[in-house]
Amino acid sequence: MTDMAAGTTVGGRSAAAAEAHMAKRYRAERRFRAYGIAALGITAIFLVLLFVDILGKGIPAFVEHRLTLKVTADQTAIDPQKTNDPRIIRTGDFDSLIRDSLRAFFSDVTSRGERKKLASLLSSGAADDFRERVAADPSLIGKEITIQALLSDDADQYLKGQQTDVQVFGGEGSVAVAAARDLFTLSFLPRAPAGLLPGDILRTPGGAYRITQIAGATITAEPIGMSAPLTTDEWDLVRFSVPEGNRRIDDQEALWLEALKSQGLIERGFAWRFLTAGDSREPELAGIRGALFGTILTLLVTLVLCLPIGVAAAIYLEEFAPKNKFTEIIEVNINNLAAVPSIVFGLLGLAMFLNFFGLPRSAPLVGGLVLALLVLPTIIIASRAALRAVPPSIREAALGVGASPQQAVFHHILPLAMPGIMTGTIIGMAHALGETAPLLMIGMVAFIVDVPGGITDAATVLPVQIYLWSDLPETAFQAKTAGAIIILLLFLFVMNAAAILVRRRFERRW
Amino acid sequence: MTGLYFALLAALTIAAFILGTHRARAVRVRAGYLHSLPTYHGLFIATAVFAAMISVYVFVMPLGSFYARQAALAAMNPAVAADPLQAGAALRDIALITRGAFQGEASEALTSAAAAYAAAGKLAQVVLFGLGLVAGCGVLFALYGRIAPQRRARNLFERLVTYTLLACSAVAVLTTVGIVVSVLFETLRFFTHVSPIQFLFGLQWSPTGNSYGMIPLLVGTLLITLIAILVAGPLGLLSAIYMAEYATPRTRAFAKPLLEILAGIPTVVLGFFAALTVAPIIRSAGSAIGLNVASESAFAAGLVMGMMIIPFVSSLSDDVINAVPQSLRDGSYAMGATKSETIQKVVLPAALPGIVSAFMLAISRAIGETMIVVMAAGLAANLTFNPLTAVTTVTVQIKTLLVGDQEFDSAKTLSAFALGFVLFFFTLALNYIALRIVRKYKEQYD
Repeated sequence: MTDMAAGTTVGGRSAAAAEAHMAKRYRAERRFRAYGIAALGITAIFLVLLFVDILGKGIPAFVEHRLTLKVTADQTAIDPQKTNDPRIIRTGDFDSLIRDSLRAFFSDVTSRGERKKLASLLSSGAADDFRERVAADPSLIGKEITIQALLSDDADQYLKGQQTDVQVFGGEGSVAVAAARDLFTLSFLPRAPAGLLPGDILRTPGGAYRITQIAGATITAEPIGMSAPLTTDEWDLVRFSVPEGNRRIDDQEALWLEALKSQGLIERGFAWRFLTAGDSREPELAGIRGALFGTILTLLVTLVLCLPIGVAAAIYLEEFAPKNKFTEIIEVNINNLAAVPSIVFGLLGLAMFLNFFGLPRSAPLVGGLVLALLVLPTIIIASRAALRAVPPSIREAALGVGASPQQAVFHHILPLAMPGIMTGTIIGMAHALGETAPLLMIGMVAFIVDVPGGITDAATVLPVQIYLWSDLPETAFQAKTAGAIIILLLFLFVMNAAAILVRRRFERRW
Repeated sequence: MTGLYFALLAALTIAAFILGTHRARAVRVRAGYLHSLPTYHGLFIATAVFAAMISVYVFVMPLGSFYARQAALAAMNPAVAADPLQAGAALRDIALITRGAFQGEASEALTSAAAAYAAAGKLAQVVLFGLGLVAGCGVLFALYGRIAPQRRARNLFERLVTYTLLACSAVAVLTTVGIVVSVLFETLRFFTHVSPIQFLFGLQWSPTGNSYGMIPLLVGTLLITLIAILVAGPLGLLSAIYMAEYATPRTRAFAKPLLEILAGIPTVVLGFFAALTVAPIIRSAGSAIGLNVASESAFAAGLVMGMMIIPFVSSLSDDVINAVPQSLRDGSYAMGATKSETIQKVVLPAALPGIVSAFMLAISRAIGETMIVVMAAGLAANLTFNPLTAVTTVTVQIKTLLVGDQEFDSAKTLSAFALGFVLFFFTLALNYIALRIVRKYKEQYD
């Protein structure tokens, strides 16, 4: 090593070349390392994108817009016979009361088409809360009460800013609107506002006008709704960033909503309905309550079946099974079942439980059965690992003081393995919670509004509800889908956190 | 009535336990000796009573409902009863009437049949209850009398427990048998409609047009799986190498949960992401560079599917890389190799069989995955290798053919079972080979 100087060779190379070669090798080393970091980075970015996307899409599902209205609970519309019987009150015409109350804000709306359009801003279930309130307290009949009426999904999306951006420019000076044949011409005094564009809307107390053409000083416009020529200095300009044809709320509806908003009648609140209502064809009324209860029932059936069977199988295979052909078959089977695609379990459920045994379709009972078979390998494998982790000295000590092998297992080993078994079971249940495909097979795709009353009633579960909603054309259901996903992920998070907690808190290292 | 039966069952079981334990204690006091603890005598009697009453229920209950149905059919119009379809509909209506859930006005014949059904059902219930009571009490008293100092109650009970444990572990075998039988049976029925040759090698898939060639589905499945493994292979393997060879404990503490979270995300969520976010992005990116991308392209589904199987590839590869003996690495370092050279030239070749099996397991996951492709891939069975067009997969077709369909004799629904059969054996074979490779490889280093 001491005579290493210029001119000597290393591995057949000159020292300079060897140094360059080394540098190259170190670069390759750094590059290889960077690939690894990049791979993990891409995975992390994907995960972050997924969560950001779901949260961004789903959080609006937890917000709803309601319209505050003063409504007189009219005796003749609700309960003309004055029975005060809640059942009769519920059949009353609450919808028209709410519609009339809304119409009172817009005295210029008279045509049938426009009245219908105005009423369509309200949800078809807008009167539900009002109806229940009056039915619960018939003394309200005849009184004027303040209610909150749910807005339709389109109006709700507009108010959440998902349909278009809105800009309002204050107006200075005055504007004159003159009718010339079918067209209206606008003349601004002293001058037209800078940057005026076709499509902008001029709002005046006497009506609204959409600018159609700007040719030099001549500005033509068409009226929105009922409008008449006038001159006023009380005006402003409204600009929607999305053209009318590309959104589900047209200019007139948008102006109505803006007017209601400026009067402070529109209230934004947490959509408890999303958690407490059943499924519905109307996005603003749809909720996940039915799916949640279906999920709970299904998972209960799964747990009741697969925990005892799984633990028993694990105890047998780990503690008592003789080394023979049959035990080997069982072990191979468990490993193979863990790799069978979940949809095949759905086929099993369909052919065996539904067609052969004649169990009811769509029922949590069958769903729970199929999921139990699906997660059984997970639970058996986890329980075996937990049993194996208990040191043999425990068993030997128990046998040494005269316990039978079963007493040693059930009195000493099993209690010590319980935390590990619980962790495995929770993780298995989390798997079952996210499963969708086998449940589609056994018909848990029905449209179910009510909460299932028992394990043989038709029901749906949260992941299937997500799948069903994701298939619907209304854009408002997209938010509902993402909202339901947030709830599902929340449940999974809680379950996994519980598993980690159990592991940290109770598991003993030997 | 079922509730009442199970209440009786519970009451008799508890009574058997208490009586048996008491009696055994009394015997112990009298004889001054007892082979088994009194609890075991109680437990044995209780288990025997429980087993007897459960078997009565399992055997008598179906007989009872069969009897009730026969009684209803006998009371019906013979023409209706002879036609299985009409009889089935009438029986469903009768069941509704009995539960009081029938909508509308029931005809007189139906009402009388329902009355016969209800009467026969009631009789069957009473018989069931009586038999259960007799069986439970009979077993209880027969065994109660046998409690004696020499009786090996613990051994008897433990034998019962062993059989129960064995039965529970046999559930896994039963499940496999159930899958094979149910799928195979329907598949054979399908092959009476369509020849297996046509099914396996036909180039056209259109169940409505009565052509059942599964090659387009297979190609679609393999195309999406290929895209997925092209995504997950490098990403998963490189993450595994980094985690096993380079990562500090802190990096591991961050990366391991990351992959676990990814593995725990339900596939329906990934499907939603693929269909509503990834597919539109790919579509607009494609049109920006002048490519016409289908809105349900194989690429979007494959990409997200690849993300789904990254954890499978990485966690299994991580295990096999960790299993490579340290002595091999040390030898390589001693020769002057850098870390990456050691990994590429020594560790990876040594771990190759395990990595191959990890890839095979990931592929089998991807082939069997349903929700991502149902939501993000199409329904059109195009025979193409172009990843930008819509293709369909085996799982999508199974789901489409079976969801919402009630009839069970058409070639359409039966073909879904044939597809399920193919899927089952495909994944099973992949899995079997992968596990064999792993086992062989493990033996090498043990």
